[in-house]
Amino acid sequence: MSNTLSILTFLPLLGALLVALIPARQALLLRAAGIVTALAALAFSLVLAVQYDRAAGSLQYVEQFAWIPSLHIEYYLAADGLSLLLLVLTGIVTLFALLALGARSTKLGVSLILVLETTLFGTFTALNFIHWFLFYELSLVPAFFLIRMGGSAKATAAATQFFIYTLFAGFAMLLGFLAIHQATATFNLTDLAALAHNEKLGHALSDAFPGLATHINLLVFGGIFLGLAVKVPVVPFHTWLPDAYTEAPAPVSMLLTGLLSKMGVYGFLRLLFPLFPGLMRHLAWPLFGFALVTIIYAALAALAQKDLKRIVAYSSINHLGYCLLGLFAASAVLPGVGGADPAAAMNGVLLQIFNHGLTAAALFCFIGFIELRSGGLRGLNDFGGLRDAAPVLAGLMGIALFSSLGLPGLNGFPGEFLIFKGTFALAAWPAALAAIGLFVTAVFLLTLIERVFTGPLDSRWLTFPDLTAGERFTVAPAIALMFIVGICPQILIALFNQTVLHLLR
Amino acid sequence: MDNIVSIAAVLVPLLPLLAAGITAFLKREQRGLSATLVITAQAIACATSLYLLLVAMCEDHGEPGIVHQFFNFPWLTFGNQTLQLGLVLDPLSAGMAAMVSFVSLLIFIYSLGYMHDDRNFTRFFTFLGLFSGAMLGVVLSNSLLLTFVAWELVGLASYLLIGFWFHKHSASAAAKKAFLTTRVGDMGFLIGMFWLYKASGTLLFYDNGAGCLEQTALTTLAHTLAGGMAVSNIIALLIFCGAAGKSGQFPLHVWLPDAMEGPTPVSALIHAATMVAAGVYLVARVFPIFTATGPHSSALVVVACIGAFTALFAALIAVGQWDIKRILAYSTVSQLGFMMLALGVGSVAAAMLHLLAHAFFKALLFLGAGSVIHGVHEEQDIRNMGGLWRKMPTTFLTYTVGMLALAGFPLFFSGFWTKDAILHEAHLWTVSQAPFYMAVAAAFLTAFYMTRQMMYVFFGSYRGNAAHPHESPAVMTVPLVILAAAAILMSLPATPAWPWYEKFLAGHAPSFLPAALFEPGFLQIAATSAAIVFFGIGLGWLIYGRRPLGDTDPLQTVAAPVFRALTNRLYVDEIYEATVIRGLRVLGRVMAWVDRQIVAGAVRAVAWLSFLVSAISNGMDRFLINFGFDSSCNALREYGGGIASCEGGRVQGYLRVLGIGIVVLLGLVAWLLA
Repeated sequence: MSNTLSILTFLPLLGALLVALIPARQALLLRAAGIVTALAALAFSLVLAVQYDRAAGSLQYVEQFAWIPSLHIEYYLAADGLSLLLLVLTGIVTLFALLALGARSTKLGVSLILVLETTLFGTFTALNFIHWFLFYELSLVPAFFLIRMGGSAKATAAATQFFIYTLFAGFAMLLGFLAIHQATATFNLTDLAALAHNEKLGHALSDAFPGLATHINLLVFGGIFLGLAVKVPVVPFHTWLPDAYTEAPAPVSMLLTGLLSKMGVYGFLRLLFPLFPGLMRHLAWPLFGFALVTIIYAALAALAQKDLKRIVAYSSINHLGYCLLGLFAASAVLPGVGGADPAAAMNGVLLQIFNHGLTAAALFCFIGFIELRSGGLRGLNDFGGLRDAAPVLAGLMGIALFSSLGLPGLNGFPGEFLIFKGTFALAAWPAALAAIGLFVTAVFLLTLIERVFTGPLDSRWLTFPDLTAGERFTVAPAIALMFIVGICPQILIALFNQTVLHLLR
Repeated sequence: MDNIVSIAAVLVPLLPLLAAGITAFLKREQRGLSATLVITAQAIACATSLYLLLVAMCEDHGEPGIVHQFFNFPWLTFGNQTLQLGLVLDPLSAGMAAMVSFVSLLIFIYSLGYMHDDRNFTRFFTFLGLFSGAMLGVVLSNSLLLTFVAWELVGLASYLLIGFWFHKHSASAAAKKAFLTTRVGDMGFLIGMFWLYKASGTLLFYDNGAGCLEQTALTTLAHTLAGGMAVSNIIALLIFCGAAGKSGQFPLHVWLPDAMEGPTPVSALIHAATMVAAGVYLVARVFPIFTATGPHSSALVVVACIGAFTALFAALIAVGQWDIKRILAYSTVSQLGFMMLALGVGSVAAAMLHLLAHAFFKALLFLGAGSVIHGVHEEQDIRNMGGLWRKMPTTFLTYTVGMLALAGFPLFFSGFWTKDAILHEAHLWTVSQAPFYMAVAAAFLTAFYMTRQMMYVFFGSYRGNAAHPHESPAVMTVPLVILAAAAILMSLPATPAWPWYEKFLAGHAPSFLPAALFEPGFLQIAATSAAIVFFGIGLGWLIYGRRPLGDTDPLQTVAAPVFRALTNRLYVDEIYEATVIRGLRVLGRVMAWVDRQIVAGAVRAVAWLSFLVSAISNGMDRFLINFGFDSSCNALREYGGGIASCEGGRVQGYLRVLGIGIVVLLGLVAWLLA
């Protein structure tokens, strides 16, 4: 029994308190404190990932204490390859966002981001539902205030919509788990997964609600699905997302898309899939329908957007659709069936989680840089020929865009390759239809490059400054990672391959 | 593969890629360094690939048959399966790699002159390095996945280079069009790849009997059925989608002519000699899948028909073009159609031979066109040229060699032998003779439109506006001369008398068979094709060579609507614009509208509903609950007011009440005691 995960979880909170104690006029010190904390958290998560016993792939660094025994609530933390992937991603994107915040760092902003990091760390390690749910919902509070920092009346409206929508969906999930608790007298997720594995969970639910015997499983599943679907988001539960991503300041959009959306996917992997494998298999086709609609609809909607942030927002929805596609394909077959294909799809999903987090965050970061220079303008047709004035910005953002497009050699490709490889073998039609999304993504991303960076240089932007040294330093690690993961994805897969096999068992 | 050969095979694609990676960090001013690095890397890669060709040629023929040397390495491990990538050295890849690296090197050197004044010279060489590395990756790959990876990178390099003059709207639009059109085909390729992976369990081509192009896998593929068709044929056709996109086959040819927006060396290298041939090479590489169910598999029939149609269709359009580079572009599409036809009728050797010969003479023609464009100050319309043979003799002579090779002029030009081989094979095809006749018509048109171009550009009097057309510098003309020599020398391994390349591909020792030249089957075709060429050139001369040329084509006076249709590329682009592109745009708008009005509308409706509920509760509070509450409050207040008035704060009043109280109390006590 250790307490490393607790230390990791509360390290950013400590940093946030520290930042709160620093006088507001010490801007540089505030920034430094925030960045040092984020660096320490990232280093810590990396150490945990390196020391993790990959060959076992099991839950490690376990901390388990009774919290409210009468209600079966425990303080229960542990990490496996999936958790560690997300911990490292959280460390990276938080640091990235703090660096991108740059001169706009305020006391409130920095401390809220650090608080958010704590809630994320908590979510990605907690294994008792109530403990998990606490962090999951708590993340809304810093996120709400961070979105409002966008300043406009629309930002406030977007933040409110985001908060209420996800909170409401959370309740649906909570209800589901209360029903499960009623039936099993536990919130412990590993115990519940073991019950589900032996097909006892469904029976327990039916027995506990005799009046609803036939529907209770579906109801509980639906509640949890809804809660997570809003968070990911799955079309048609996505409308909060474009507004929130667009109205929030760019560094906050980085956190929203890079990390908060991953809480939803993580929930699918950690809650829904282990607890309802039979139902997911049973409902495979409707679920494929959700994934496909998410992929194609979001890509087409992105095609019609005129605001750079909205384009990337819809593109985000589209990319998360691939995660769901792979997960649903892996869950569509009985354990042990399908050879290496479910593992391929699942490994692809985990890679895609990381890659989307990195790439989408980088794209919002670049849009933030453009906004800084254009006085807030970010329309698709507001620019033109920027590559002439700002070649480094154009080149680096071009790399990020092509990573998002899934160009081989960059990080987007291996994840999508594995997802499609596994999905095609398990369910050929959904995979073939999802390829439409890949094509449409190329259309809108290349249109973005064409309108913003090529053509004659717009006379308004003759003095458009290129990236400063600080900005280059901010994005350089992300760009380097895109190449590293793209060329050698094995460094990530090695971390979670065995965990994937555990999940699929 | 032994170690040295493996290292050499890795170095060939890696060196140009590394050079590109390093030069990506260079500043705009470091022009010389960038060019030096990329050209040096390319030169070493070229030497190495010639060494590899030598290795492949000297491979010991203990028994007849093709030797595939390969070098596989793991890339990913998912579940308990390891996904390997690899490189392969066999006659097919060795010959192609040598051609690609050699032509690339020449064109890199030519670019030193052509791009000399360009502001982004440094970046140009970065992109060239990226292209060369990726293209050599396609050629040497021993895994369909690695092929796909390199394939996409080649597409990226093509995108970057077509749009190199990005300040021009037309260039960036053409780049986008090229990337997206080829990506349509690539989606098929991708699905084909996943299907192959699913059906055969591997993406390696050769792996000691376990590869997907080896007998075990092929037998499985041929015997698995899906919807009444052998899986091998479906996979082959899906892969062919990708090949058709890259190699500009109808209906995905539309991007290639627009790609001429790129600098001319790019057109020569990528959009004539190498990348566009990648589709042909890919089909040649996975040819065993196409023939898994036999030499006349349905997949091959499709390839033959599309190839023949494309050859004729594009040759027709080329007749009506005015832009010197666009004529060559449609000619490239047409020639690629010839190569596909050769593959479709079952002859990899004829296709590859034409590919290699075409690479040299088409690169020569494009570089010659570049030299002309350079000489007449960036003019590309052939109506504004004329009489240039006097001003640019070297360009003229080398261009003539290229033109004769492309037209297939008998005996001394490579195009004659390679095109003959294709016609010969098409004639022998037992499925149908239609492709053969289409190819013959296309061969006639080729001679015709090239004569037209020659007459407009080099003969007659100069009609241009730019003063003083001039010959290009040596850095540009020397590559022309070398390529012209190659266009002639490529005849040597191609004649039936000494079918060196064919034997090399099949893994046999070459033999000298002069008698083959006089076989009736060959003579008949050779005579026919020579007659067609003479007819085409003769007709061209009759129409364009005998009187001064003006702004209207003589054909326009004869058949104006037909010529207009040809000039407008038979309206294929317009049809796509009206259907696919507009359709996608409309669909996007519809989705966005649905999103804003219906999905978000539903959310808003829920929000309004909650507001409504809260308004109702508010009303109930006020008018029902509050009304009752308020009235009781009022009653209470009145009542309380009455009581409160007792406590007026006046001491006398209190004392009075106190006195009365005491009296009442005393009275009460007295009464009780009594």
